[in-house]
Amino acid sequence: MAEKSIDIKGLTKKYGEHIAVNNLNLTIEKGEIFGLLGPNGAGKSTTILMILGLTEVDSGSVNVCGIDSSRYPLEVKRKVGYLPEDVGFYNDYTGLQNLMYVARLNDIPQEEAKKAALEILQEVGLEDVKDSKVASYSRGMRQRLGLADVLIKNPEVIILDEPTLGLDPEGVKKFLQLIVRLSRKKGITVLFSSHHLHQIQQVCDRVGIFVKGKMLAEGKISSLAQQLFSKNAFTLEGGISTLTEDVEPPLPLKEMVQKMKAIPEVANVELGDNGFVVESNKDVSADLSRLVVKSGYGLNFLRKKEYGLDDIYYQYFQEDKNR
Amino acid sequence: MKNKVLRTGISKLNALTMSDWTSNLHSLVFRDEDAGASKGDFPWGPFKAMVQKEISDHFRNWRFIILFAIISMACMGTLFATLADGMKAIVVDSSGNSFFFLNLFTKSNGTLPPFFGFVGFLGPLFGISLGFDAISSEQQRGTLSRIMAQPVPRDSILNAKFLAGIIVISVMFFTLSFLVLGSGLIAIGIPPTAEEFMRIMVYTVLSIVYVSFWLNLAILFSVRFKQSATSALLGIAVWLFCTIFYPLLANMIIKAYEPSKFASPKAIYFYEKLKFYLGQIMPNELFDGITSAILVPSVRSLGPLSMEQLQGAIPSSLPLGQSIMLVWPQFTGLLALTLLCFLLSYMVFMKREIRSRG
Repeated sequence: MAEKSIDIKGLTKKYGEHIAVNNLNLTIEKGEIFGLLGPNGAGKSTTILMILGLTEVDSGSVNVCGIDSSRYPLEVKRKVGYLPEDVGFYNDYTGLQNLMYVARLNDIPQEEAKKAALEILQEVGLEDVKDSKVASYSRGMRQRLGLADVLIKNPEVIILDEPTLGLDPEGVKKFLQLIVRLSRKKGITVLFSSHHLHQIQQVCDRVGIFVKGKMLAEGKISSLAQQLFSKNAFTLEGGISTLTEDVEPPLPLKEMVQKMKAIPEVANVELGDNGFVVESNKDVSADLSRLVVKSGYGLNFLRKKEYGLDDIYYQYFQEDKNR
Repeated sequence: MKNKVLRTGISKLNALTMSDWTSNLHSLVFRDEDAGASKGDFPWGPFKAMVQKEISDHFRNWRFIILFAIISMACMGTLFATLADGMKAIVVDSSGNSFFFLNLFTKSNGTLPPFFGFVGFLGPLFGISLGFDAISSEQQRGTLSRIMAQPVPRDSILNAKFLAGIIVISVMFFTLSFLVLGSGLIAIGIPPTAEEFMRIMVYTVLSIVYVSFWLNLAILFSVRFKQSATSALLGIAVWLFCTIFYPLLANMIIKAYEPSKFASPKAIYFYEKLKFYLGQIMPNELFDGITSAILVPSVRSLGPLSMEQLQGAIPSSLPLGQSIMLVWPQFTGLLALTLLCFLLSYMVFMKREIRSRG
């Protein structure tokens, strides 16, 4: 696992005065699924273009599988599959023909390419439509064809730029599962850029948060959450109501809050209209629900608050200001 | 009756050329390159794939089919009009020389412009239509970044588009030339002399160079502008400027310098030179010069000649070699313009950052 698939050192890219990528350092190990998380215009795509040698690097270096991609872009492109954001195909060609063309561009012998193409189409679930023109494909099918297109050259690394953009939730789920399955099966390194934390959470081993050309934080998701929300890793929201036909009179709210605070690991309790918010270091939902019911209230809902990208940015900007 | 047979024959030929000629040409064009694959590092396989794809795209494209149909119908129409008059148009004023076949290309009975006129007029349009969306459409479809992510050198895509365009143009022009030759052969019944044949071939090759200039110009616009419509309009605008507005402008300038009747020979010479050079800037003028010198063997000079130069000249036609010498500057000029366009598109394209659609 020590082998580095992508090794970026001090990478900088400027567009005039605007700094798109600022002194980026990043290593991704072989077989890893790395999520690059950031808002639009953070420099994710620019970074990816530089990894592929598709745009000039202002300073720093990029090594992919040990090859300098600004000096030997062709060698890098042989090993890296890249699915661009909003990928396009030749609409008058069938899915299979599109794949075969890319295979020919990769100098794969015809027979071999055909076999591989059919296999991959089956894998991504497009075998039924392989002979219909791409013009008739749905968005999800195109995206899967894009994945097939990336896989046909048998890459060591695949780079997916916002692959889930414009897919419906079901499509996203399937697509992500497909990526994970293929990556694990073939030991492919995956670099996955997105602005959806949840999608990245689902599939990635490691995540880098990228804002305004800088890598803000990087690491495993769990450690990242701890890094970010060390005080209150869990936040639970609950809704309560008083039952009309009381068997026993409910505990006064204040007293219940006291009891909640007494639960180990609970850091803070706030009471709102018909509800409460509990912050804790541990998942205490079971204890909480028992307590609410015992106290004679009805528990309408209890849910874990999930942190989105917004919270993370917010958190970081807060810290920036405090410094 | 004869015409009908001809027409069916021609349509059959058309159908044949479409499918067979491309494959034949492929093997012709790529024979050397395959041999070179073992020597050099350049990935010929992918390049060949790209060129093949571009060619098949061109041949399947309705734009190409329609333009080809228009040009071939126009040419055939001229041919039949010329032949229908009992070949009067051909034989008349062939002052002492018997270049029947060349007259097929240059003469008409007046109802339609001659063959070379059609080629000179519609050729640029053809070149523009093949090239104007070469790069920009790939960019708009989002396929450019996908192709660029494959292990092919960036210039390959440009070279492939250019080469495919030239191959398609060559196929078309040779088809047309041979069609005219063949139907002329049937109609006149005299085979062309070797010199006539060579002249026609040279003319065809030079017209391919001419159209490839327009192809390159269109590719340059398609690299530079993101909208295909912009590059198409600009290409057509340049073409219109060259064929219609520039001659008007040049005329105005020439008028201003027109010497009086009693001007010195030097002034007249200067005036003639000016007239000549003002014309020579434009690619279509260059091509007109080439056409007339190659297809009309009696043309001895494209520029002004002084009386001294004419003295002692024998009023006969030039051999092919001399005609080629005559148009060599024009040919070089056309080639230079073509290469200039290619160079510019190369420079713009190689420095470009390629993002998906945008």
